[in-house]
Amino acid sequence: MTTTPPPPQVVGPAGAGARTGSGDVAATLRATKKRLTSPWATFAAVVLAVLWTIPTFGLLVTSFRPAADINATGWWTVLTSPNFTLENYQTVMAVDSSQSLLPFIINSVVITIPSVVLPIFLATLAAYSFAWMQFRGRDALFVAVFALQVVPIQVTLIPLLSLYADIGVAGTFWAVWISHTMFGLPLAVFLLHNFMREIPGELIEAARVDGAGHVTVFFRLMLPLLKPALAAFGIYQFLWVWNDLLVALTFAGSSNQVAPMTVALFNLTGTRGSQWFLLSAGAFVSIIVPALVFLSLQRYFVRGLLAGSVKG
Amino acid sequence: MNVADKLVAMVLALVAFAAVIGLVLLVVSLLERRGVRRVAWFFVGPTVVLLLIGLVYPAGRTVVRSLYDAAGTSFIGLSNYTAVFSSPDQLVVLRNTVLWVLVTPVVATVVGLLYAIWVNGARGEAAAKALIFLPMAISFVGASIIWKFVYEYRFYDPTVANNPAQIGLLNQLLVWVGLPPQQFLLNQPWNNLFLIVVMIWIQAGFAMTILSAAIKAIPGEIVEAARLDGVTASEMFRFVTVPAIRPTLVVVLTTIAIGCLKVFDIVRTMTGGLYGTSVVANEFYTQSFTAGNQGLGAALAVLLFILVIPIIVYNVRQLRRAEAR
Repeated sequence: MTTTPPPPQVVGPAGAGARTGSGDVAATLRATKKRLTSPWATFAAVVLAVLWTIPTFGLLVTSFRPAADINATGWWTVLTSPNFTLENYQTVMAVDSSQSLLPFIINSVVITIPSVVLPIFLATLAAYSFAWMQFRGRDALFVAVFALQVVPIQVTLIPLLSLYADIGVAGTFWAVWISHTMFGLPLAVFLLHNFMREIPGELIEAARVDGAGHVTVFFRLMLPLLKPALAAFGIYQFLWVWNDLLVALTFAGSSNQVAPMTVALFNLTGTRGSQWFLLSAGAFVSIIVPALVFLSLQRYFVRGLLAGSVKG
Repeated sequence: MNVADKLVAMVLALVAFAAVIGLVLLVVSLLERRGVRRVAWFFVGPTVVLLLIGLVYPAGRTVVRSLYDAAGTSFIGLSNYTAVFSSPDQLVVLRNTVLWVLVTPVVATVVGLLYAIWVNGARGEAAAKALIFLPMAISFVGASIIWKFVYEYRFYDPTVANNPAQIGLLNQLLVWVGLPPQQFLLNQPWNNLFLIVVMIWIQAGFAMTILSAAIKAIPGEIVEAARLDGVTASEMFRFVTVPAIRPTLVVVLTTIAIGCLKVFDIVRTMTGGLYGTSVVANEFYTQSFTAGNQGLGAALAVLLFILVIPIIVYNVRQLRRAEAR
């Protein structure tokens, strides 16, 4: 966009009449603005929004219908004969029931928190040294860490599985925590490093001259300044771990001891004669958490989104 | 383990982690007080060790493994790779992967771009965008369940009058217009497209968000000038909007393409890769964990690796270019 746009010569049909000067321009602007947000565009946008929302809405309505109704009639029949219940959610969240998904929800929480905290902290330390410390091979090492983002996790799964079996953590939370931490590190280091480089060097130099060690600078100066970047990566990693199926399926197995919600729901879809009353309520219990996180922290999330797009 | 045990295990893990890191940092500050300048490795060391164990070493092992047979006992050279490109089953997998990578990015980007333009500056723009974007926050498993319900099929016999009611919306729509309901996830090869719809549904929000930001970053003078020139909406789109956001468009397309190469959850949840719907990432899982052919599984994982690299390199370059503007 280096070319200068030509000066406006034609003011458009609306300005061709008796009015002159700025009035023409304003009228045209109004007219164009109107044209660009035309009723057709609005109509098309509404149609698309409805199309995009109906599938979710259908399952949401279903999750509040009695199990017998779900299999007998379509969810849209609630418009004519409404019949709602909280039973499905009670079944899913029951403390003692064979159909309860509560253990898996707990597992999801237990898996997710360390899987977000560990890579954030390790990566912040590493990013700090890449950004503000001198050591031999620093730049080459940073490029290597950055490049590791291209490794698809599929190529790591089987060797890691036998490694975990050798050290006796296979099928435990540790295997899942460590895996998510390792897979999250390249992106985290890259994101946080970029952000740290934007902090003025004089700030760190001044603190160093005052006799502050790297540890002090890291805690007193860096962590507070890094909040937005930490939030961006934290939300990204949270959604990634919470929604992950492949890592959990490989390292956590299927039992309700370790497996998260995604695995439980996945196994339910495989059972014969889909149990929609469980699936619909379970799906929404698992959806509500990331949806709330997303809606409340949207601005941070969008920032991390593009940078993290090659992960996985 | 009951709930309390699990939570305690988690807290203990976090405490143990904090203790280790605290100890390392304590050592660093003690060393620094003694005038030792070379403390960088304490900061970067844990990450480097974890990456070596978690990514570099396993990737190397998998490459070697792909040169061995199913049991991993005898060296068979590139036979696993020739199998990927010659056996009829694997060719279907490759065909499906190509279909995913070509169709999804284009459709998702077009939908996202149009929507971004339609709602740009409109009243309630933020809410309108959130509706389209929300599928991004839903897990692929959750999205698959949502769509599986849309595609749900109930037995239908055209010769009798009282068939059971369809509970899937799409089949009910077919019944309403007088057509027979379909087994959308079973009928080959169209079932692949119905799986791809799920990915489009998810990724359109991503495309819309990124492209909307790019559209808003177009300098106001350019847009105003074009408006004063009296361009129509479609001219504005062709000669102003698209050229201005071209680098971002490329990044969005390639990013979604990478996601499609690695797509696993959707295929696994909706069809398990049966009925001719498998893709490379799913076939890797099937061969490695259920079919017991780890050699072929490893070759598929390496293939995924090789396919992803050029797109990512291109993507990163475009991303740099987009950011430089």
